[in-house]
Parts: sequence; C-alpha cells; structure tokens
Amino acid sequence: MKRIITTTVINQSGVLNRVTGLLMKRQFNIESISVGPTEQAGISKMTFVVNVEDERKLEQLLKQLQKQIDVLKVNDITDKAMVMRELALIKVVSSPAVRSEIYSITEPFRAAVIDMSKNVTTFQVTGEPEKIDALVDLLKPYGIKELTRSGVSAFVRETQKAPAPQQLSIL
Amino acid sequence: MRDAATQTIQKSGADILIESLKEQGVEMIFGYPGGAVLPIYDALYKNPIRHVLARHEQGAIHAAEGYARVSGKAGVVLATSGPGATNLVTGIADAMLDSLPLVVFTGQVATTVIGTDAFQEADIVSITQPITKHNYQVKNVEDLPRIIKEAFYIASTGRPGPVVVDIPKNIATGMSSAQVSEEVRLPGYQPTTNPNYLQIQKAVQVLAEAKRPLILAGAGVLAAKATSELVAFAEKYQIPVTNTLLGLGGIPGDHDLFLGMAGMHGTYTANTAICECDVLMNIGARFDDRLTGNLADFAPNAKVIHIDIDPAEIGKNVPTDIPIVADAQKALIALLEQPITGPDTTQWLQKLTHNKNSYPLQYSTANKQGILPQQAVQLIHRLTGGDAVITTDVGQHQMWTAQYYKFNNPHNWVTSGGLGTMGFGFPAAIGAQLAKPDEKVVAIVGDAGFQMTLQELSLLQELRLPVKVVIMNNQSLGMVRQWQETFYEERYSQSLLHVQPDFVKLAQAYEIDAYKVETLEDAEEVFRKAFESNEPALIDCRVLQLENVYPMVAPGKGLSEMIGVISK
Ligand SMILES: Cc1ncc(C[n+]2csc(CCOP(=O)(O)OP(=O)(O)O)c2C)c(N)n1
Repeated sequence: MKRIITTTVINQSGVLNRVTGLLMKRQFNIESISVGPTEQAGISKMTFVVNVEDERKLEQLLKQLQKQIDVLKVNDITDKAMVMRELALIKVVSSPAVRSEIYSITEPFRAAVIDMSKNVTTFQVTGEPEKIDALVDLLKPYGIKELTRSGVSAFVRETQKAPAPQQLSIL
Repeated sequence: MRDAATQTIQKSGADILIESLKEQGVEMIFGYPGGAVLPIYDALYKNPIRHVLARHEQGAIHAAEGYARVSGKAGVVLATSGPGATNLVTGIADAMLDSLPLVVFTGQVATTVIGTDAFQEADIVSITQPITKHNYQVKNVEDLPRIIKEAFYIASTGRPGPVVVDIPKNIATGMSSAQVSEEVRLPGYQPTTNPNYLQIQKAVQVLAEAKRPLILAGAGVLAAKATSELVAFAEKYQIPVTNTLLGLGGIPGDHDLFLGMAGMHGTYTANTAICECDVLMNIGARFDDRLTGNLADFAPNAKVIHIDIDPAEIGKNVPTDIPIVADAQKALIALLEQPITGPDTTQWLQKLTHNKNSYPLQYSTANKQGILPQQAVQLIHRLTGGDAVITTDVGQHQMWTAQYYKFNNPHNWVTSGGLGTMGFGFPAAIGAQLAKPDEKVVAIVGDAGFQMTLQELSLLQELRLPVKVVIMNNQSLGMVRQWQETFYEERYSQSLLHVQPDFVKLAQAYEIDAYKVETLEDAEEVFRKAFESNEPALIDCRVLQLENVYPMVAPGKGLSEMIGVISK
C-alpha cells in the first residue's frame, strides 16, 4: 500500500543520506522523496511516498524513522485531510502545426509555458501526482523530449474532517 | 583585543577532546595512532589518560567492547583516518548488533581536502552510518565539546550503541575557547524509560490467568542491571525463565526456574517451553532469528508481552499483544509492585522439570579418545566455580560454552552474538580484564578465530594481564565443518586446517607461558595451574575434530523440530 509520510528533521549535513540509507537498509522502497527547509531555521521537512506491504511493515518503518537522532517528528498523513503537490517540467515537441492543439490540452491542467523554441515548448505543472500522470499521458503522443518531477510535498490541512484514524500501538 | 578581562583561554581541539573525555570520567582509551590523529596523540602525551595500544584497530575496538560489556561503561576507541577507521568497521557493526556502548573517535583528513581522495581519506561517516546508533563529523572546533557530550549520552542511554565522532586533523589543531560543559539538548532523542501503567496492568492480568507462562530474558536485562528484579519476579510468581545467548547470566545458571538457553543450540526444555507456553514475556531480547527459528512455529499459542527500551524492536519480528516500552529494571519494578494472584504454575513446572531431567544437555564419550570440547568447558567451569569472566569467539566452542558454563554472575559473559564475529574473543578478554583487574578472565576461542586477532598477544605481553587463552583446537573451522557435515553431505570445502602454527611456540615468542594438552588429566592439571597464576597463559587444548554441537534447530526449521535430542 502506498503511504505518504512526512518527517521533520534537524538540518544537519548528511541527514537526508541517513534517512534514505535507513530506508534502504530496511528494504523499504521509496517511490518519491522531496526535502526542503521549513519556516523554522535549521529544521527541514521531508515527504516520502513509500510502498509498504502491510500495517506491521508500516509501523516498523515509522518507528525506525523516529529512532533517528536527527528526526523530530514522523507522520503518516495518508489517511488525513491533506494537501499534496508535485511539480513537473515537461518539454514537448510542438511544431507550429500542433501547438494550439497542445495548448488546448494543457490549459485545463493550468500548465504554464515557461520556455519555448521553434519546435519545443516547456510546460510547468503542479498538482497531485495523478493529475500530472494524466497530463503526461496526454502529451506523450506529441513526443516528450524531457520530463522531470519534483517528488511529492505534502502536509495535513488545518481542519480535519473526521477524527484522525487510530494511532499505531506505540509511537 | 588586549583587554585581559575579556580574553579567554584558547585551546586546541585535541586538548578540548582530552578534557572532555576526562569530564566524562573516561579512564582508558583503546587505540592506534596515525597521521590524522597525531595532534590528539600529542595531547595525550602531555595530559595522560591511560591509552591501550592494540596491535590492530580491530583488536582495539573488540577490547573496548569487552571493557564496555563487563564495566557497563562506554568503551572509548581512537583510530586514525582511512585504514585506521575502516579497520574499526567490524567492531562497530558488532557493537551495534549487540547494543554495546562505544564512543569511537576517528581521525579525518583536513576539512580543506575532504572529498578530494586525499591521502588516507575514507568517508567513514557514510561507511558507518548504517552500523552506528549515530555519528558525527566535527566541522568546527567550537562544536567539539557539545558533540563529545552528546556522543557519550547517546551511546550509553536508551538502547546503548556505538557512536562515531570523525575529527578532521585541522579541527584537532584548531584553536577555540569553547567551554567543556554544556547541557545535552537533543530534541529528537528522548528514550522512554518508564513503563506505561496501563500496559503494566494488562501484563499483570494476562500473567495472572496464565497456565504456562514463560520469561525469555535477553541482554536488555543485563544492560539495565535488572537481574535481581528478574530473579525476584520469577521466584515470586514461579515463572520459568529461559535466556537468549546474550542474556546468559541474567538468572544464575543453576537456578531451579532456569531452563537453559533457547534458540538454535538451546536446550530441549527451553525450546519446547517456548512452543508450549501460553504467555511469553520477553524482557530485553529482540527475537533474533537464531533464537526464534522459523517464525511460523514460534510460540504459536502464546500471548506475547514484550518489554524493550527500543520501541522499534517491539513487533519487528514477532507480533506483540502487550508492548511495554521501558527500561527492563523499571518495568520489572513496576510489575513487582502490582498485586497478582496467580498464576498457578505447579503443573507446568512439574512438566518442565521432568523435561529437564529427561533431556539434559549431554554428550557421548563412547568410542572417543582425547578431550571432548564439552568436557573442557565443564572443567573450566568447575575450576573457576562459575564465577570467571568468560569471553568467546564464534563457532562451536562458543555454543558449547553457552551450553556448559553455568553463569552465576550477570557480567561475566562476553560473546559476539548478533554479528557472530570471529576474532572477537581474545581482544575482548583483554578489555574485560582491564575493566575487572581482580577477576579471573578466560578467553575460550577456536583455533581459526584466534588466528584472526592473535597479534594482540603482543598487547597481552606488554600489559601482563592474567588473561587465560584457551584454544579449543579442533584443527578446523568447526562450526562450518559441522554444517558441511550435516547439510552438505560432508563436503568439507575449505574448513579443515591442515596447516597450523605451533601455538605454544607462538605464545612463547611473545613471552607468554603456553601449554599444550591432549588428555583430560593433563588439561585438569594445566588449567588449574594456569588459573592460579597471576600471569597470562595460553593453552592449546587439543579437542576432537569431529565433535558436533547438539541439540540443534536446523536453519529454516521451527523450535519444535530439534535434531540431536537424546533422552537420558
Ligand atoms: C569474521 C568471520 N568470518 C567467518 C565467519 C563464519 N564462521 C562462523 S563459525 C566459523 C568457524 C570457526 O572456527 P573456529 O574459530 O576454529 O571455532 P570452532 O567452530 O572450531 O569452535 C566460521 C568460519 C565468522 N563468523 N566470522
């Protein structure tokens, strides 16, 4: 099952290495990862998308992360009301003949043109990963020259709809 | 500025290090010098803390582990950058898996050349990251006092473990006025030591209703110094106890409630008790696969109570019904404070006693000439009264020692459990003897494993510690040979040692008294003489080559499928 996990970490050098190394050592598969500073100086936040087999594996993952000295907080936010965004840059082959057709595709996705040359247009799009997947699929037939995605960044919404799901046994 | 009032004393990183170590109460350092740590060695020269010069960094770190294990204090290691640091890797991994507190200082090339493949540069922080509890590279001299303080705190609190502090050469020579004392502030590290009251009550309820309860006690009991509480609890409720390999000594080896060790080479009684118990209370053990055997077959009918200071151990391998995150001593005290009626274990204990009497650890001497390794261990036990500090290497001799040396004291058993490191036993004995100068220390090692760190004979010669090295010489990589006999149709690929040094001459070259024994009578005489002496000694104890360790749970099998169980 796919889980979205955020960790707040002290921004020491090597902390990313430490956390990804831990996941590798324990055989967890990272699907995406994004890291950046937070509003607090010296504190960074990582968002992982991880595939785990079951609840027990998940509990183990969270506990192992929590065990790291530089990790302040670990949250599995998958089942909470949250905002989740990813950024993608997509370079599409776009001869003048198909350009307007391509625009009509990208427009509903609110993709912005950020670079352009005679036969190539670069779009920037943000949204949930599924939305980006969908746009990429639609653009594929025209020829994608280059694609890069930032990995998911996420946090919980200020107000939660339902009470948060039951916490795992001991964290 | 010339203003005397605001002028502070500048000290070098190396001096700050030595001062911080003194402040931590460090009494000795195990190490080996080299270019990157010369400033630190120079500071040691001026300002002596006892330094123990091993002849190989692996020897230094295993000695520090032995010291840590019997003293309960953090072992301190110092090595140079690059090859010095990488020679420590095995010991660091060993300390990690056996939760031993170590603070390991490695030299590093100067920060100005880190990352350029400079002479003797190795990225030891990345190398050791998966095998340390935590590690640091010091980037500013000012950080040194804080980092050292944190390193000791992390290594020796919560679940103990190794911490590496990598010190670039220019940090050791850099000047700073940083003060030594600073509070440890680690917001991401707050080990839970007090048990949750509700969980304790739940445990009590489950135990009260149990018919066949069993305590599995691991090294966590020893680390928490909870052995008297363990014995008090077991006695109060008449609950039988089994130990993991590393937990031996948690309850006296001859206690009525003790069933012997559990696991791959555990006793029939202990392993079947695990299969049959209805409540299994694990205190400070991590359900290692050598203990559990096939998990599908492990304690199938039991409610599991798991007490551990490391929350990540709970539920890792075995699903737990009642998790208690706590220091083992605090948890046992909390449990002892609860009024429990029951359980009634009379019938259960009767059955276990019957099993103990019917299926004791035993070996056959029929048609065998020469010394059996089991007999040698029993002899050592008899001559030391079960009170010596015993270290072992890894292999058959280790399992025989675990089986036949009945440990009376909690801090007299030093072995490499989790990593199973050959070469551990001998240097660990030197460290143990340094920690406990007045106790008898015996290193029981294999002829193969001894050859992995025998250069430390030179250290033994220098220190003249009364360590006794007993080589269980079966002229083979015994445990490997046993597996090849059992699982590879006697294809002894690379496990028979046709060429051996003359261990007696070897020891004599180091000016250490040495003996070779080939009969039990000789062994008795030589052991007795050696154990009474206050000098180091080495005994090349020739034992039968083809003897095997039984009983055994074959790899992949469950605890109920033991082989080699013989009834009396
Ligand atoms: C460093 C290391 N290399 C290899 C092994 C695998 N191994 C486990 S036991 C063993 C044989 C040990 O032989 P010896 O030291 O003579 O002890 P014995 O089993 O004969 O008592 C080997 C090679 C190990 N545990 N450690």
